[in-house]
Amino acid sequence: MSQDLDELLNNETIGGKTYESAAFKATRVINGHSVKQMNARHLDFRISHRFGALNGGVYEFFGLDQATTHLSLEYGLTDWLMLGIGRSSLQKTYDGFVMLKLLRQTAGTNDVPIFLSYMGSTEIVSTKWADPDRDNKFSSRLTYVHQLLIARKFNKRLSLQLSPTLVHKNLVSKSNDKNDLFALGFSGRYKISKRIAITSEYFYAFRADDSSYNYPNSFSFGVDIETGGHVFQLLLSNSLAMREGGFIWGENNQDWSDGGIHFGFNISRVFSFKK
Amino acid sequence: MKPNILILLLVIFSVTSYGQDVYFTKTGTVIFDSSTPLETIHAENNQVTSFLKIADGELNFAGLIKSFKFKNALMEEHFNENYIESAKYPKAVFKGQILNWAAIDLDKEEAQEADLEGELTLHGVSKKITAKATLHPQNGGIQASCAFVVSAEDFEIKIPAVVRDKIAKEVSVSVNVNYEPFNR
Repeated sequence: MSQDLDELLNNETIGGKTYESAAFKATRVINGHSVKQMNARHLDFRISHRFGALNGGVYEFFGLDQATTHLSLEYGLTDWLMLGIGRSSLQKTYDGFVMLKLLRQTAGTNDVPIFLSYMGSTEIVSTKWADPDRDNKFSSRLTYVHQLLIARKFNKRLSLQLSPTLVHKNLVSKSNDKNDLFALGFSGRYKISKRIAITSEYFYAFRADDSSYNYPNSFSFGVDIETGGHVFQLLLSNSLAMREGGFIWGENNQDWSDGGIHFGFNISRVFSFKK
Repeated sequence: MKPNILILLLVIFSVTSYGQDVYFTKTGTVIFDSSTPLETIHAENNQVTSFLKIADGELNFAGLIKSFKFKNALMEEHFNENYIESAKYPKAVFKGQILNWAAIDLDKEEAQEADLEGELTLHGVSKKITAKATLHPQNGGIQASCAFVVSAEDFEIKIPAVVRDKIAKEVSVSVNVNYEPFNR
């Protein structure tokens, strides 16, 4: 009459539904956002540098003589809502963004097969007006970005992400340039050990042929190194800008084939204020 | 006379097989702590399933590694990804026996000491555990608790040199369950 206890244990569904975590190590794959965001009451302090282009040669010490900086503070208000503010030395840009976690990939089952997030940002260029005598409007300084992040962690090593993006610049160079630019981002990471991953990212922008912004697309490679509370991201990119309105629009992108490649790094330090 | 004995036997039989032969919980709590002066490392899982057989004091536990919750999200991520590898080894399971089961009186509503022995399987490694447990029969159920210490090394969980001072080698584990009669 006695029951097999192990059979009873095996028949019970243990625990609740669990979710995949850490599809990416940091909140950025390289330049662009990943589906990772800070949980409630966690703060990410990020310091990013991009050096000059490698084709600067010995005179520019292969770009290391110059550096462009982006600093940001990004905070998880709840587990699904993150707010961030940042400042970039390139064009003296301020940016603010909001990130919403819409779907989480379930672990072990395919109930929810993907992560889905929305990122919206506003960027404000604060350099002095090129022509102060003109009727300059504050709104001309603004760029808006809307982005969906669709990612799947295929296994513990491989995660891939698609990021359809809309960049809207209030002021463009020529009167027949469009203010909107659509782009599709492809990014991924592959872990080569528990704490090291290689990453890549490409943003294809759907540029009109006759536009004056026929810049190269942003293409980057990187290595993520995680050490406790820090993530170090070392990278090579043809983009100098570290915000969507910059590297997707592309005015500072150079050609990989000409050696217009920037070495750079992102450092992320996470603080927990959860009590 | 004879039918009465038969009825009596049936009653006894039905009580033992339907009433109280297995106790269980799906909301058991397991807490572990491997804190050092440098870092507080503390996690709690309160979705642990456990069964206890009344006939002989056999018992088992199972919990999902991912259900261990930390205050620090990054710590939880590293615990799952780097240390215990929950994608590869999703569950922790304990199967054991209360050795002094004959001395436990479930009709007495007071705390009684039990000697627990069994095998803990974690991170793909099984290890024998012995511990003192307390059983407290009350309100038709049994409140049980237990504490023991394991070492990360025994379960082949590697701690890299850079964080070796921050993570205690000895991990204290405490278990708390409220068993209820299991109704099939």
